[in-house]
Amino acid sequence: MNFYILIKTTGWLIMAKITLKNLSHSYLLKQSRDEDWALRDVNIDWKNGGAYALLGPSGCGKTTLLNIISGLLKPTKGEVLFDDKNMTALNPVERDIAQIFQFPVIYDTMTVYNNLAFPLKNRGLSETEIDSKVKEIGEMLELTSTLNNKASGLTADGKQKISLGRGLVRSDVNVIMFDEPLTVIDPHLKWVLRSKLKELHQKINRTMIYVTHDQIEALTFADQVVVMHEGQIVQTGTPVELFEKPKHTFVGHFIGSPGMNILPCAIENGQINFEGKILPNKINTKKNNFKTLQVGIRPEFINFSEDGIEVKIRRVSDTGRHKVVDAECSSGNIKILANSSTQIPSGNAHITFNQKYTYAYGDNWIIE
Amino acid sequence: MNKTLNQKAWLFVIPVFVLVAFNAAVPLMTVVNYSFQETFGSNVFAWEGTRWFKEILHSERFHASLGRQIIFTFIILVIQLPLGIGIALTMPKKGWGVPVCLILMSMPLLIPWNVVGAMWNIFALPDIGFLGNSLNTLGFDYNFTQQSGDAWFTTILMDVWHWTSLVVLLSYAGLNSIQPAYYQAAEIDGASRWDIFRYIELPKMKKVLTLAILLRFMDSFMIYTEPFVLTGGGPGNATNFLSLDLVKMALGQFDLGPAAAMSLIYFLIVLLICWIFYTIMMKDEGRT
Repeated sequence: MNFYILIKTTGWLIMAKITLKNLSHSYLLKQSRDEDWALRDVNIDWKNGGAYALLGPSGCGKTTLLNIISGLLKPTKGEVLFDDKNMTALNPVERDIAQIFQFPVIYDTMTVYNNLAFPLKNRGLSETEIDSKVKEIGEMLELTSTLNNKASGLTADGKQKISLGRGLVRSDVNVIMFDEPLTVIDPHLKWVLRSKLKELHQKINRTMIYVTHDQIEALTFADQVVVMHEGQIVQTGTPVELFEKPKHTFVGHFIGSPGMNILPCAIENGQINFEGKILPNKINTKKNNFKTLQVGIRPEFINFSEDGIEVKIRRVSDTGRHKVVDAECSSGNIKILANSSTQIPSGNAHITFNQKYTYAYGDNWIIE
Repeated sequence: MNKTLNQKAWLFVIPVFVLVAFNAAVPLMTVVNYSFQETFGSNVFAWEGTRWFKEILHSERFHASLGRQIIFTFIILVIQLPLGIGIALTMPKKGWGVPVCLILMSMPLLIPWNVVGAMWNIFALPDIGFLGNSLNTLGFDYNFTQQSGDAWFTTILMDVWHWTSLVVLLSYAGLNSIQPAYYQAAEIDGASRWDIFRYIELPKMKKVLTLAILLRFMDSFMIYTEPFVLTGGGPGNATNFLSLDLVKMALGQFDLGPAAAMSLIYFLIVLLICWIFYTIMMKDEGRT
């Protein structure tokens, strides 16, 4: 009994590690093609107390995945495990999760206080416990002065704080999930709320999953970012890994601004042949029947040089901090990012790729 | 500030003025004219001041029909609103059931009022009507043409049958506009079914319900055709509602002055109640 109370009041003891095993989901009754699946064979291992982001464009399946983790959706195939316990068949209340939605979900007729107290009341906590919890969270989210106001009178960011607060007041939460929570927030407040979230994560040390299509949001919030594309996970890694070594051309495109240059190439004797130039990277692959072979290089890692690949400079835009150069080589357009102090040659020029950050992609996946 | 004078826009408004004048202002002014004068036919009028108004306001007959009207409207609202919301809550949200339910629900609304009256008249006849005959066979002493309680029961049942659909359709539209995230959040918060209704569905339906209550109030308060065909206000004066009484006074007795005064009082009552109600319902809306 005492142990139970300890768990209820401390919270951290029952936080969970999250494992997703071979998850697939389809909204259709029958599936015949890959496109019929909203989610294909997803495997994830998330540690206790981490901050994770699911990143991808609209329709890539990230919200589907989130709803499966929270229990709002039952997966067609696969399992959801919290601390190695199978949760697949349980509903959101039994899973003890909190979710914050794209737009603020509040109970209009209640006061801010009652909004925050609502999940606790439903779980049968005593008045005094509820009161201290609500006040604590109200303070944390800077809602103290509005606690007795009607929730419907607040601004969008205030309302979103309430939705967030309803998740935070509960000490039994395994994981807090955010489904693009800053969509309706004014740009200047986005930054404030985002740093608030990050701060909260450090303070309460709970597992948080953040779904977004905005790379900046994902990269600033999370320790580990999961990039999704057409229902599949294409790469999981730290922001730096995603930037320096994209495992899929989609990650190259999607992360970074401007995105990675992806151009057709060939592989000869374990080396990349790009426009007749042999790049020094070593490629060890036994497979050689790729439908497409491409070389990927980020604009940041291209330098002008005396000789190398011949390009024609089309346009230079100066963003202040650096210059974005639109160039053209014989196999396509290529973007180069240079320091704003760099002298950009006009007309024809030569470039070289930084070997360390040059990768070959076969059928869009990295070849190592 | 230098404003260019351009009055051409008035030209566009004129047709509306003319239309409103002929369908509202002119007929209303005629009624106002009659209400302050005595007429002896052939366009001879005599000024009576507020006499007709005083007469109506002190008339037993007016009090009785106003009382009946208020009770009737009250019963109608008390039955139709919860029933309408209840039906809307049980209607399917997707699949083939949606069009089926919607068509079934719209059906009564599409039937002309006097046809509804005639249908129910025959339906409820104690000897040959299905409803009347069945009730009598089951042992109830039912005769809506003779017993005032039965007449009320039949009138209310008819109105519930005819108009609950309106509340259903409005509530259904309101329910369907609620984002799924609200239900998901409530599920996560551990809300009960009643909580979901009380804190999500009802507040989100507030606007359509305001509309539903206003429409049902006005229509039931001004009900005429259906009881006219069904009971004709009888037996005796049992179902003699305000409109029925007004028509009897104006066209039955040709008391045009008092009838005009009664029309205006009637109109003002409807207007006043609607305004009070709307103001109360929309009190909090300004802040959102």
